[in-house]
Amino acid sequence: MEELFRISYPVAAADYTSAGKASTDIKKRLKQLGVGGDVLRRVAVASYEVELNLVIHSMGGELTLTVFPDAAQLVSADVGPGIPDLEMAMREGYSTANDEARSLGFGAGMGLPNMKRNADEFNITSAPGSGTTITMLFRLQA
Amino acid sequence: MKVSDLASLIEARKLTTEVTEDREILCGYVCDLLSWVMAHGEEGMAWVTVQTHLNVIAVAALAEMACVVLPEGITMEQEVLDKANAEEMCVLSSPLTAYEICGRLAGQGIPAHG
Repeated sequence: MEELFRISYPVAAADYTSAGKASTDIKKRLKQLGVGGDVLRRVAVASYEVELNLVIHSMGGELTLTVFPDAAQLVSADVGPGIPDLEMAMREGYSTANDEARSLGFGAGMGLPNMKRNADEFNITSAPGSGTTITMLFRLQA
Repeated sequence: MKVSDLASLIEARKLTTEVTEDREILCGYVCDLLSWVMAHGEEGMAWVTVQTHLNVIAVAALAEMACVVLPEGITMEQEVLDKANAEEMCVLSSPLTAYEICGRLAGQGIPAHG
């Protein structure tokens, strides 16, 4: 499939001040490309969730947006620490967020389920000791 | 109901200085868990919260809410309000409790979902 546009954002661990910058920019750029309505909102929510997950849980990573003629793809790849129990992590209400994250109102255990709900396709691979990669696809209306 | 009408209804003052109060309020919500709000936030929502940090504005803007409402006279730091102005997200501060704000919203027929 022909790539129309691609941009990557480095996301630092525990940087709550910058959290949301990547997703805000992603939303802005998709808007410029003529994406709107329900799909824009779903990408915005999912990209914010995945960006916050990088801030809260990872040791740092990168979020990449790729736009194709009929779809937008978000890929989050981090350098660790990996998720020991993926099945638990996908469960609504389960969270391993620390006190700092919880004091800001995060850690409700909604992130991964919310991404899955908003994306048209959702894939996650992870293992302790290595990183986590999340790939989400959003179909764009013709 | 527009944001300006809501401000009068709940005796609120507007903390953002560069944002229009013309947005239409489609529904109301109260919650302080940001990840919960991300999952349930809707377009045109008036969101009542005691959280006042930067991420509140990001969540409200990404979900395309109508405004953020702070209860019990709570205010936000200027840095957060600057972000709200930049994201065109109206922030209101009301002397009423979250309970009473929601009560008045519901009394005016504002639903839970838009």
